[in-house]
Amino acid sequence: MVLLEVSNLKTYFYTLRGIVKAVDGVSLTLDRGQTLGIVGESGCGKSTLAWSIMGLVPPPGRIAGGSIKIDGDDITKMREGDVRSKIRWKKVSMIFQGAMNALNPVYKVADQIAEPLLYSGAPRDEAYARVAELLEMVGLDPKIGERYPHELSGGQKQRVVIAMALIMEPDLVIADEPTTALDVVVQAQILNLMKELQRKKRRSIIIISHDLGVVSELAEKIAVMYAGKIVEYGTAEQIFNNPMHPYTQALIRAIPRLTGPVTKLEYIPGSPPDLRSPPPGCRFAPRCSKVMDICRSEEPVLEELEKDHFVACWLYRR
Amino acid sequence: MVQMGEDTLLAVKDLKVWFSLKRGLLDSLRGKPQLYVHAVDGISFDVKKKETFCLVGESGCGKTTTGKAILRLVPITGGNAYFKPKPEILEELEKEGVEPIDNGIVDLASIPPNKFKPLRRDLQIVYQDPFGSLNPRYRVRDTLEEALIVHGIGETREERENIIATVLEKVKMTPVEDFIDRYPHQLSGGQRQRVAIARALILNPSLIVADEPVSMLDVSIRAEILELFNILQEDLGVSFIFITHDLAVARYVCHRIAVMYLGKIVELGDAREVIANPLHPYTKALVAAIPDPKPENRLVVREVPIIGEVPNAIFIPPGCRFHPRCIYYNKQPTPKLKQKCPAEEPPFKEVEPGRHTACWMYD
Repeated sequence: MVLLEVSNLKTYFYTLRGIVKAVDGVSLTLDRGQTLGIVGESGCGKSTLAWSIMGLVPPPGRIAGGSIKIDGDDITKMREGDVRSKIRWKKVSMIFQGAMNALNPVYKVADQIAEPLLYSGAPRDEAYARVAELLEMVGLDPKIGERYPHELSGGQKQRVVIAMALIMEPDLVIADEPTTALDVVVQAQILNLMKELQRKKRRSIIIISHDLGVVSELAEKIAVMYAGKIVEYGTAEQIFNNPMHPYTQALIRAIPRLTGPVTKLEYIPGSPPDLRSPPPGCRFAPRCSKVMDICRSEEPVLEELEKDHFVACWLYRR
Repeated sequence: MVQMGEDTLLAVKDLKVWFSLKRGLLDSLRGKPQLYVHAVDGISFDVKKKETFCLVGESGCGKTTTGKAILRLVPITGGNAYFKPKPEILEELEKEGVEPIDNGIVDLASIPPNKFKPLRRDLQIVYQDPFGSLNPRYRVRDTLEEALIVHGIGETREERENIIATVLEKVKMTPVEDFIDRYPHQLSGGQRQRVAIARALILNPSLIVADEPVSMLDVSIRAEILELFNILQEDLGVSFIFITHDLAVARYVCHRIAVMYLGKIVELGDAREVIANPLHPYTKALVAAIPDPKPENRLVVREVPIIGEVPNAIFIPPGCRFHPRCIYYNKQPTPKLKQKCPAEEPPFKEVEPGRHTACWMYD
């Protein structure tokens, strides 16, 4: 059953120096209970995509085209008040990047977690009982609710942020780089917690990260983004074992591994394009080792090359 | 007499860096003891010529402080850091009145701060954040020339310009004319980090401390910079102390690694061997915690054999400082571990050829 349907989404930032096309024609669907990973380098538009689905694109950005349907409701057509009362936090919530900054330093933890519930009219004691329950679920002592954020460690704060995202029982949780600021041991604990959510609660999760290792811990499906577009989309097995887009292939070969022979790392020369004036044709063409003439003039579209495996590359045109 | 092998460049012995905590007047009148953050708490290691030596560990383990202490960028509380400077630097030091302790060896920990300057040519640093470590108002040329001017290298502008051009070629910023007059904001992250590396290289040092030099960079650029470190090492024979939290990166660039926990080295050995077959329980946990990108990862829960969180570095646990988190101690310990771990600090010793660890299990 389809929970989220994004089609041809365009989120642009209208800056004084030109229009930055951060997300430029992205389409994806997500079924209930499914986990999608979005990978890409900084500036590829993965966080902007997440903000768009939350209906929280910061100015001067706005959604310039396309639609985002959550349970059939197109949030790009809804008024802000309706999004706030019906969608945000109730149906879609977000685990923010950098838990340290996502928490308000002058509120006690329990008050912050309870806020959305109280706002929607739940009685106080019920709300706080639910907070205690949630804290326990994310592996914290409920007494931590009485503390302020500065009294918690990085891992504990991240757990609090996860509890916050779950308070309204949303169908979809978007985790934007949920472990980036954390040490590896804490990262593994947080990822295990999210695995539990995935299994026991059957929540849909979108995990966004630049780290393919982190994404591989959770995602059944993976979308690879480059310069505002999805260049490859498929199951985790397809992306890792049979990457087809030259960008995905290079990205996987660029990661130093913990096991296996130490081979020379390959890297992608150059840097991502300026999204104010992306190159014509394929946006990866200037850095691509397999570039052809057509790549520089015409833009490839996502095509299904095998079941569920989509690639936007002229190498595979039929 | 200082014992130092022929091919050893730096020998750190029992280095300590403690930071004192602020104590109010009332507290000191009441006789409360002065408290310290034990950032680096007695570590010993050596770095060989043409070697990349890695310090790995989680945030707060003291790896950055160690690097800074060797460069005397933080005050050293105790211990020694024996170093063999280049002959010309030794000469300059002698002019300043600093006598080598032994056979061309100086102790970095005991040289007065006002006489340290000649050594800065031989000891350089590359910082983590190339966005913060370059002056935004300096062109590449100015950033690099400043070091030359400060150390009085190159008499004329042309001479200095030649040195700058050579070093930019070394870090593969070619054609040089395209880059030399740019400001940091006109460069990409990878290019900025190359400038930071060029700045460290321009004085032709024998040891460079690289503090998390790739952790701010994107994956595709990271590989490029790591490759550059490998090339520079081969071409110039410079030694690196490479500080990173990422074991996979360490495995790729380093010859030997030292794993730090709460201010101590818990394990030291050949990088690939330590990662393939970790001895210390903490290293085992670190290795187990890292997700290698494989699609089957999502099907299993990643067991990390460690308990709780890192304690603070003010009140260090007695005995082995890792014992409160160690599964070997906390789950069915042998009578020996039960007695030793919470009581006595384990000695740091060689348990296999080239493999050192500090753990009672191997005693």
